[in-house]
Amino acid sequence: MLKFLLQGLRAPLTEPPPALDAELAALAAALDRTARKRLGRGLAIRQVDAGSCNGCELEIHALNNAFHDLERFGLRFVASPRHADVLLVTGPVTKNMREALERTWNATPDPKWVVAVGDCGADGGVFAGSYAVVGGVSAVVPVDLVIRGCPPSPTQLLRGLLSLLTP
Amino acid sequence: MTALAALLAAGIPVGGHYPWPCAAVSETVWRDAATTLADGALTLLGLWGEPGRAHMALLEEPAAIAVVSLDCPDGHYPSVGAMHAPAIRLERAMRDLFGLIPEGLPDTRPWLDHGRWGEDMPPAASYPFLPAIGEALHQIPVGPVHAGIIEPGHFRFTAQGETVVRLEERLGYVHKGIEALLSDAQIARAERIVARTSGDSTVAYSLGFARAVEAALDITPPPRAVWLRAVMAELERLANHFGDFGAICNDASFAIVLAHCAVLRERVLRAASACFGHRLMMDRIVPGGVAVDLGAAGIARLRDLLPTLGDAFAPLVALYDKTASLLDRTVTTGILKPELARRFGAGGYVGRASGRNFDARKQPGYPPYDELRFDVPVLTDGDVNARVWIRVHEIRESLGLLEQLLTRLPDGPVLMSLENVSSGPGEGMALVEAFRGDLLVWLRIVEGRVQRCHLRDASWFQWPLLEAVIEGNIVADFPLCNKSFNCSYSGHDL
Ligand code: SF4
Repeated sequence: MLKFLLQGLRAPLTEPPPALDAELAALAAALDRTARKRLGRGLAIRQVDAGSCNGCELEIHALNNAFHDLERFGLRFVASPRHADVLLVTGPVTKNMREALERTWNATPDPKWVVAVGDCGADGGVFAGSYAVVGGVSAVVPVDLVIRGCPPSPTQLLRGLLSLLTP
Repeated sequence: MTALAALLAAGIPVGGHYPWPCAAVSETVWRDAATTLADGALTLLGLWGEPGRAHMALLEEPAAIAVVSLDCPDGHYPSVGAMHAPAIRLERAMRDLFGLIPEGLPDTRPWLDHGRWGEDMPPAASYPFLPAIGEALHQIPVGPVHAGIIEPGHFRFTAQGETVVRLEERLGYVHKGIEALLSDAQIARAERIVARTSGDSTVAYSLGFARAVEAALDITPPPRAVWLRAVMAELERLANHFGDFGAICNDASFAIVLAHCAVLRERVLRAASACFGHRLMMDRIVPGGVAVDLGAAGIARLRDLLPTLGDAFAPLVALYDKTASLLDRTVTTGILKPELARRFGAGGYVGRASGRNFDARKQPGYPPYDELRFDVPVLTDGDVNARVWIRVHEIRESLGLLEQLLTRLPDGPVLMSLENVSSGPGEGMALVEAFRGDLLVWLRIVEGRVQRCHLRDASWFQWPLLEAVIEGNIVADFPLCNKSFNCSYSGHDL
């Protein structure tokens, strides 16, 4: 049975990478080239939920499934910010998570990039203006790339992350 | 007279509260309600505040529901939590959000308020965790930032060697001020915020909100919309249960099941996107109906998908059931005793794996489920394995429900306009079954706007039980226990 199940996964589920759109490519081109050279073709990603509704997390999880297979691009999620090149931050940054985000950023070695995910990560989304949120990741740590959407689909996320690797 | 009827009779009926009755009560009756909860004759469905007033929703099983309201102009009310533990965190949250003081509640620590909401707040004082006293104990602090891709919260373990002596949760990290954003909000804005309270249950939240608005305004959405809502709700349940089944196995290092379940989950989300225009079906259920109709192509796509899901899932269940090393991790791990599940009114797979036969789709029930055939699985072992099996059975039931829904989908419009209906005032309430358990929505509409809206996720009554089930288990089994509960942080922190 295990054999049968393993075979089931080998079926051609994995899809070709999405084409980069011009807007994202331009954003990515603006990133520091030297840093990119040093990082090579692999990126270690640390995801930080800074107040998300958990919708963005669901789609980030989906990057790992057989259809999207993130690791084939050299992108992988790591358990500690100390092992990370990229912080993938979701949520409008609640005031209760602000310090934890700052400390995670401080714990990430240079060179590092921050990707703000979702409409919440971009500017607070529907929660902007609340007494309990800062409103967007860039209000707390410097942001290199924004991937909008509510939540962004795995394809949009993949496109954004791949743009970081494009020379 | 039943316990609930007696409480209502002792108060003054509040008009314009639908579909269940509400009574304004005195402090004495409020205290009687707390005593009746503590005696076990009633189950706490919700406890929430607004400036100068406290409300409590009560369930007398199987399906009688009512609300009692207490005016407390001086901001004090008799604590329910002092007598009935499930109310404690709700009361701590009411104090944080509305300044209502629960007289007699021994736990005076804030809950959602971490002391950071003001403009230039000084760093918050350290939070006093409850002590554990004994020989050779050590503490393990975990979070709020965890190792995986999950929501933030803090877990403080006190362990003796490998064995957990006490776990205390500290939540509130993702508090976004949702109930304040919902105060005096346009209905159209409120529905978008409600849909983002817990993304994994966005369909259930929108359904609860829509039903509560419709109750308050006394309107009935068209039949086709009611059935399409159930299609979305069951797709959401399927997607989440597939994900959970895989993730629980993965937390026991059995990754192949997760790999397969992630494919099944993805197939459901892709079908949802093709049929309803959004992978999580966010903002598709609205007061008055649904925002998108399902065409013939969509129906055909879903009907093709269902049998392939069932066929692919069966061998995974067989594999789970035959893998001794996996069962070794899940059987007898993290046992929730039926008595505790009952006292806390634990909803969803947490309650149903511990003998609590409650599913809001059956009791109190709502359309179209009254016209559909399905069973509510109940087990009594209360361990991780039982919570896995409840999900397995529910996946099968949801597949059967979807088949019936798609076969018998009524024709007609899917949305009615709210323009020429009453603009209130009215208070509406709904109890709907999200994938993780019953979700309560209560709101008041005044002049066509949401004046106040309270959302009570099933997690409120499940989180405290996670603390109870891990006691005496080894630290390494916590991820399994936690995943088998899969409580929402965002839905709880609001
Ligand atoms: S962007 Fe949307 S899905 Fe993501 S956290 Fe915000 S509300 Fe949730």
